[in-house]
Amino acid sequence: MNPRDLEQTRETQQERQAGFACRIFCCAGTACLSAEGQSVWDALHSAVATHALTDRVEVVRTGCMGLCSRGPLVRVACAHAAPCLYGAVSPMLARLIVTEHVMPALAATEGTFEPPDFLAAHALPADLAFFAAQKRVVLSRIDRADPESIDDAIAHGAYRALAQSLASAEPAALIRQVRDSGLRGRGGGGYPTGTKWGNAARFEASRRFIICNGDEGDPGAYVDRSILEGDPHAVLEGMLLAGYAVGAGRGYLYIRAEYELAVQRVNRAIAQARERGLLGDNVLESGFAFDCSIIAGAGAFVCGEETALIASIEGERGTPRPRPPYPSEHGLWGCPTVINNVETLANIPRIIEQGADWFRSIGTPDSPGTKVFSLAGRTRLAGLLEVPLGTTLADVVETLGGGARSGRPILAVQIGGLSGGLVPAARMQAPLSYEGMSELGAIVGSGGMVVLDDTDDLLDLARFFLRYAVEESCGRCAACRIGTHQLLNLTRGIQRRGATPGDLALIARIAETMEAASLCGLGKAAPRSLMSVIRNWDSLIPRRDAETEEAP
Amino acid sequence: MHPRSAKQREEGKEDRSGLLAALHALQDEHGYVPRAEAMLLSQRMGVPLARIFEVLTFYSYFRVEAPGRVKLSVCLGTSCHLQGGPRLLKELENLLGIEAGAATPDGAFQLNVVRCLGCCGCSPVLMVDDRVYSRVDSADLPGILKRHRPPREEGTTAS
Repeated sequence: MNPRDLEQTRETQQERQAGFACRIFCCAGTACLSAEGQSVWDALHSAVATHALTDRVEVVRTGCMGLCSRGPLVRVACAHAAPCLYGAVSPMLARLIVTEHVMPALAATEGTFEPPDFLAAHALPADLAFFAAQKRVVLSRIDRADPESIDDAIAHGAYRALAQSLASAEPAALIRQVRDSGLRGRGGGGYPTGTKWGNAARFEASRRFIICNGDEGDPGAYVDRSILEGDPHAVLEGMLLAGYAVGAGRGYLYIRAEYELAVQRVNRAIAQARERGLLGDNVLESGFAFDCSIIAGAGAFVCGEETALIASIEGERGTPRPRPPYPSEHGLWGCPTVINNVETLANIPRIIEQGADWFRSIGTPDSPGTKVFSLAGRTRLAGLLEVPLGTTLADVVETLGGGARSGRPILAVQIGGLSGGLVPAARMQAPLSYEGMSELGAIVGSGGMVVLDDTDDLLDLARFFLRYAVEESCGRCAACRIGTHQLLNLTRGIQRRGATPGDLALIARIAETMEAASLCGLGKAAPRSLMSVIRNWDSLIPRRDAETEEAP
Repeated sequence: MHPRSAKQREEGKEDRSGLLAALHALQDEHGYVPRAEAMLLSQRMGVPLARIFEVLTFYSYFRVEAPGRVKLSVCLGTSCHLQGGPRLLKELENLLGIEAGAATPDGAFQLNVVRCLGCCGCSPVLMVDDRVYSRVDSADLPGILKRHRPPREEGTTAS
């Protein structure tokens, strides 16, 4: 395939899609599939076939539509009717949607068709803030294109940025553009992506590598999984552009083995891209060679850390190495390596296509662009959403999430998973940006957001994170290996008998040591949730006097 | 801090890069990585068996013992932890008479804990083999077990 064929494919596909009087989009993300989404898909298909509508109505499988708490989701877009999103669709309702919404809407020749009341009751409000308040850049086609079809992705603009760049941009210009955009790593660190690329391109080497970090292990985060599942071609295109920019010919996607659907969809995407000549020895007939493959992770949280991930690809225990040297200089097999997170890579094609200035017009000066978050916990609505960086936490929780489901007061938001922290409700006006969150002792991190109300036990949650850290600590450095155990024991002691002033001082000292001396982010961040609780919810920590201390 | 020089690392390691994939393949085929297969792999790749086990035992996904035939994975990520995951686990432990990480004596079920399946919008979540169940209530569990109980096989009693 050459750039002209790509353009041709896009036009043909767009025409084909426009030829349908009605298109029904059925969410096929893991969450909706778990809620009988497959049966809904089958029901839609068979209803459309039964009523001989296949040449006027297309049923399209899509990636995550976002509102996971109301799944399975089905969106109906007919000519002569406003688009309509149905929630909690059963197979029965799916058949009714075809007979009572699609068919009458097709029959309508003028005016706007309104679905009957009994159906409208299952529709989500058209102006629902959960969707209306979002700014979708990375998620722009996840809810409208079939993640298993490269044609559909191309119809929605996939690989256009690649074709443009290969035809007319110097690699150095690409790096400059990414640097100018101010894009920062979306996996947690927030390191400027352009700088990373620039470093990798600068060092002399015969080989360079691009690694996509899809080892999303933070409990409560499923941003990367949803992107890999819902728009794998955006990630592949990001890797291709990174490869062209830094002069790499080979890429790896390191994805958690537990994310079965993501692995399956990315594998399919790679095969389709190879077949079309978008991956391989001669990408888009430009002479640029790039190929990539999946490495399945094996359940080690620490492998999300870049040096541990490299060790894992090399067939070793996934333990981190001291940095420097950084992977951009000395990475996979000692070669310069760019490691970018899934969401970071998915941003790249958009930046290249629409320019650094456009990207900078979104978000804050220090944190440009958008961020995808996964909202879970006690909110009325939960799911995947994308907002400009700098949006306040209160906006996301109250406006998009609809506040607490129970109507009880929200106590805190756990953000950034294991490496993040707890933000007290009183501080929810803080902006979600790299600088704003670090002021609160939390991080934007991987985008996991779990909302807690006053029925949740924060100290117990801190203990839960510590136990997780104990289990996942790789044991390489003493600060993390011993520190996590000590903090867990102290926390259990406090839960059982109350805290003495000595306990709290010891916790602070251990936390400080871990922060300073741990080799990687796991150990540095492990004390964060406990420290958040001690700092912000002093009254929740049971106390006892040192004198009443029992002999151990 | 580097035990080996960069050059040694570059030369000596590339042949082990397929190790993770090879272990995945063995586990996909057998449900675990049998010792005999690990030994064959050791010969084939020219990697000492101790090295293979060093890697094998580091990753929680790999198993060195035969698991039960149907895999139950209870999610205990943050969201599920808060919204009933621990209760589901306890109930499954009661129903099956085993602890997390073990297989039932008849080899039918394997009970595991996983950290976040990424379905936090529908907590608590239970995965049975590849099938994800969302918003599971303890009362649903007997039905789910019944639906997935494998037919009895001859000679499959585990220790």
